[in-house]
Amino acid sequence: MGLTSSSSGRGALREKIAADNKDGLPVVALAGNPNVGKSTVFNALTGLKQHTGNWSGKTVSLASGRGKKRDLVFVDLPGCRSLSPASLEESIARDALIRGEYSAVIAVVNASGLEASLALALQVLALTSRAVICLNLIDEAEKHGTRIDVRLLSKRLGVPVIPCTARSGRGLGALEKAVREVIARPESGGNAAYRAFLPPVDGGEAAERAAIACLEECSRVLDGAIKTENVEKRSLTERLDRAAVGKYTAFPVMFLLLMLVFYITLIGANYPSELLYSLFSRLETLVFRALCAVNAAPWLRDALVFGMLRTVFRVVSVMLPPMAIFFPLFTLAEDLGYLPRAAFCLDRCFRACGSCGKQALTVSMGFGCNAAGVVGCRIIENRSERISAMLTNSLVPCNGRFPLLITLVSVFLFKSALGASPLVSAAALAGLICFAVAVTLGTTKILSKTLFRGESSPFLMELPPYRPPKLVPLIIRSVLDRTLRLLVRAVAVAAPAGLVIYAAANIPAGGGTLLSSFCALLDAPARFFGLDGTILAAFILALPANEIVLPVILMAYTGGGALGEAMGGAELLSLLQSNGWTLKTACSVMIFTLFHWPCSTTLLTVKKEAGGVKWMLLAFLVPTVVGLVLIAVMNGIWSFFAPGMY
Amino acid sequence: MEKCGDKGPIGLNELKQGQRARIERVLAQGDLKLKLTELGFFAGEPVQKTLVSPLGDPAAYLVRGSITAIRNADAALVRVLPTERQGV
Repeated sequence: MGLTSSSSGRGALREKIAADNKDGLPVVALAGNPNVGKSTVFNALTGLKQHTGNWSGKTVSLASGRGKKRDLVFVDLPGCRSLSPASLEESIARDALIRGEYSAVIAVVNASGLEASLALALQVLALTSRAVICLNLIDEAEKHGTRIDVRLLSKRLGVPVIPCTARSGRGLGALEKAVREVIARPESGGNAAYRAFLPPVDGGEAAERAAIACLEECSRVLDGAIKTENVEKRSLTERLDRAAVGKYTAFPVMFLLLMLVFYITLIGANYPSELLYSLFSRLETLVFRALCAVNAAPWLRDALVFGMLRTVFRVVSVMLPPMAIFFPLFTLAEDLGYLPRAAFCLDRCFRACGSCGKQALTVSMGFGCNAAGVVGCRIIENRSERISAMLTNSLVPCNGRFPLLITLVSVFLFKSALGASPLVSAAALAGLICFAVAVTLGTTKILSKTLFRGESSPFLMELPPYRPPKLVPLIIRSVLDRTLRLLVRAVAVAAPAGLVIYAAANIPAGGGTLLSSFCALLDAPARFFGLDGTILAAFILALPANEIVLPVILMAYTGGGALGEAMGGAELLSLLQSNGWTLKTACSVMIFTLFHWPCSTTLLTVKKEAGGVKWMLLAFLVPTVVGLVLIAVMNGIWSFFAPGMY
Repeated sequence: MEKCGDKGPIGLNELKQGQRARIERVLAQGDLKLKLTELGFFAGEPVQKTLVSPLGDPAAYLVRGSITAIRNADAALVRVLPTERQGV
């Protein structure tokens, strides 16, 4: 569920390979079920930073890369159950295999779940004789007491069968060797007897018969070739599942894990944020001096340094550290196999609101970054459920909005310095997050009754065994795949936004600046919702990156021409109060921070993923309307129960 | 849907946690039926209910070495004959 490259859909394979294969090298496709570790095999073969996950439907886009000896190109086909043309992923895999755009195929199967995963391998063998079967996760199978007669299997199937454990690198050399030998052989067109196992295009009963015949053949092939010594010891997965999905423990475990992730993110991000901040201040001075030295025009110099550069630095120093911590933690939970369990536990709640448990995963992804959460919605099969999950994803706060929430909570509710004790902040955040999740569920329910009426799709989800991830590649992958990609996008939008904000704050207009006139214009409508013109203007200007809402507000209040330095708690409180902020204003701003239009990156992602400007507009409107309604309700309750209290 | 008597087939969801059974027939239709079939849920296959979600729905079933979560309403369409009296 990473922000992987955009190419998906039919015909993408050829283009994709062409980019990696200018020298006309032999192409080797990897096919396999979800959860058999296919992407891990691919990573081990290519050393590429492609993300692998522990639940179905991960690789929607195709990854390709050269082998370590640079003489083969490997392509990671989407994980699928069978070669039926039913879903997008499966049809990509099917088309690629049927058109024969490869020199060989590696069919990756799960050694500890051969009865099911061999089915796809048989379908591959129906299409080509140039195939190798990779018996992945052989360590796991041996640990469970499963003994596999590899020679017998290979004899029955007529192709090489190579036991592997991609995670530790075991068997990969033999796998590559077998692939080279297979490529050297002539193609004899696949096993005719297996043709009947290929699912017919029109589906229906014929497809069911083909599926049954295929699985029964699997049993025949495995008969006598696989022995399981009865190890009646409870496996690690069973023991962990007692806590992870236990009747009384599941939700406390989930809440504690969530708290833990936020706690680690908050305390872990504090120090690097400060470090980056002071580093960037020095860098800013250096660039300023350099521009002075080359006699740059003062207006250009100031716009570049105090406008563009300062905004970019501010966004990066606030955004990078929490993301660099949150995403590896999230990836860890994903690779361990905990996330499918969380979806399993939460399905009931989400189903009651017309969605499914998988939305819980995209919601928690949204805590890191809503754009990433929107991409993550690919795992939801039903189209209306998927789009509804995209539209509601920004109802949970992302890392970019946490700092503002924490500041408001600590300054107004606890009257303490900025960055109160991390534990208090984490608890306050957890409260706000529970509120945001409740609003997400409510909004999903409303959408399912209005925009997305219709049958909910069946929810079938595999629960893979827990698997210990490899930490170093995990960190590298999540930082490269998620954090850096997002950072690049954020910088790309923060730089022009910095220029616009600087211009607005410095171009004179109507007695003040463009910014002050803009704020004055917005004042009347904003007051109606308990905000003021400056706050609303800041949220509008912060469309590219929510991180700069507070800096823009402070800049406007102090009449400065550029984003200012960070302030202490007491100083901040008195500045805000002198500009008419009350506790009620702070609460309104907090609600608006939680629920307003998503950032431009998220909006563009929705347009791409949902396929239409219409959905992008709805992604803008839905959270905004929710926020305004909630603020109005809060103000109503407030003036009814505590009219005099501010 | 069939009436489940004492000895007749029951819905997969009615198994106790840990209880094993053999699939008699699958009453599901269309897409759901095909997906279930591909996962190994068809007549004659042994199945075990392994996990129940904390809110009682969905539950997870072991078939052909892999565990799949299915909602109770869908699982009720898979009719099974228990091969063990009690769950583990």
